[in-house]
Amino acid sequence: MTINSDDLSASEIAQAVAGGKISATSVTEAALARIAKHDSVLNSFTDVTADRARAKAKAIDAAIAAGQNPGPLAGVPFAVKNLFDVEGLPTRAGSKINRDLKPSSRDATLVERMEAAGAVLVGALNMGEYAYDFTGENVHDGPSRNPHDVTRMTGGSSGGSGAAVGGRLVPLALGSDTNGSIRVPSSFCGIFGLKPTYGRLSRARSFPFVASFDHLGPFARNVGDLALAYDAMQGPDADDAACSTRAVEPVSDLLAQDIGGLRIAVAGGYFQKNVFPEAVEAVARVAKALGATRTVEIPEAARARAAAYVISTTEGASLHLDRLRQRPGDFDPAVRDRLLAGAMVPAPLVDRAQKFRRWYRAQVLELFKTVDVVIAPATPCVAPKLGQATFVLDGVELPVRANIGIHTQPISFIGLPVVAVPIPLRPMPIGVQIIAAPWREDIALRVAHALERMGVAAAPPAGDF
Amino acid sequence: MTTGNPDPLDNYIDAVGKALALPIEDAWRPAVKANLEVSLRLARLVDEFPLPDETEPASVFAA
Repeated sequence: MTINSDDLSASEIAQAVAGGKISATSVTEAALARIAKHDSVLNSFTDVTADRARAKAKAIDAAIAAGQNPGPLAGVPFAVKNLFDVEGLPTRAGSKINRDLKPSSRDATLVERMEAAGAVLVGALNMGEYAYDFTGENVHDGPSRNPHDVTRMTGGSSGGSGAAVGGRLVPLALGSDTNGSIRVPSSFCGIFGLKPTYGRLSRARSFPFVASFDHLGPFARNVGDLALAYDAMQGPDADDAACSTRAVEPVSDLLAQDIGGLRIAVAGGYFQKNVFPEAVEAVARVAKALGATRTVEIPEAARARAAAYVISTTEGASLHLDRLRQRPGDFDPAVRDRLLAGAMVPAPLVDRAQKFRRWYRAQVLELFKTVDVVIAPATPCVAPKLGQATFVLDGVELPVRANIGIHTQPISFIGLPVVAVPIPLRPMPIGVQIIAAPWREDIALRVAHALERMGVAAAPPAGDF
Repeated sequence: MTTGNPDPLDNYIDAVGKALALPIEDAWRPAVKANLEVSLRLARLVDEFPLPDETEPASVFAA
């Protein structure tokens, strides 16, 4: 009997490949065929590394034939946001300017770790320019398109990651999250995304945006796959100054643990304002399923979001200062104008934002003494239409770009681990943040897994495209 | 031309742009100014929050 790998999860693929029921080569060819067939619509890939993928798959098949252990992700196709270094490709980070960089001489640490676990890189993915984006639109490469309605945004900035996983081109993808760029596309594209604790996963050899807040993490269509990828990527790395020296803390075997003893609360106040009914409904479904009746106030969340904005725009400006001087006309104008403004924010205000961050972190850690999990919307709305500039909420017209990330920014600001879980509302899905204390990804993933088991969280089938 | 512009933020943009050698074409200026106004409004929200003098910033460095 021939196995069709198109609808298999990453763990099912790995088991089938390791067990000799299907070859890594045939899984890779199927993934390349899906990309060739559908990506002209989804526009999620900017580079397809077919030769490399075929060579890697062949090596895995040879290793299995020789009786070697191919790893926990044997033959699993994956793709990475194009800010990860991929040997032989310039790391464009969604920009025109970076295409002139020399091709990378070595893969990003997380790509190396995924491949060491047997995964097969099939390409690099579209993203908002220099990750300064919540829409998934890109003026140079065109927008990535939402697999549930191709007239809508994927969310960004890891838009290609959301489209490629939600659109079932690959079972796993990697992205980055500075202010919400994993959680927003997860929400809009109806998939699971993990933004780990700041410092948990190495960022070595990825193109930065805001050093204070940059995180990398995986996307998947189920929690088991998310955990499998996360476990494969953990561990210290001297090549990233912010990477923790903590030992690997595997979570895959913990997912089925009972969550009955966890104290779970809904975020109130700021997190219940400026939300559309879909976001309210999604949070309510999660709270009901988890029996969460308590509401907690994350103190000064609006100010935290403001401070995150200030630090992002100024650190981003610092990163790009020379490019702003030398090639201002080659930026996405919207990104350039934000960065130019960021370069002009006085230094004392940035310092105060970093001091406020310390204060806010202490307050939130205090809160986590009384609660294990906080539930909050991932986005205030389902995916807007491509190009949509405003939406109307409670009779007030608000800018889309500035408001997509209002619920994610106060969380990544202090590096808390979050799993974005998809709630399959119709016609469009929307995500909910499952937020835990620092270094407790295991708790967030266990709760996400429980929601999946209960049928509350699920990645819905993609639409026709 | 912005010489003599009554809005101090325009003068500020001129001065900082020159000091940092940042090219700001006239066509970009309204968007740069609008973004700076947003940044400063949000920065003020942080600025007005009283913090103890002893508060350490949260930037990351380990020697």
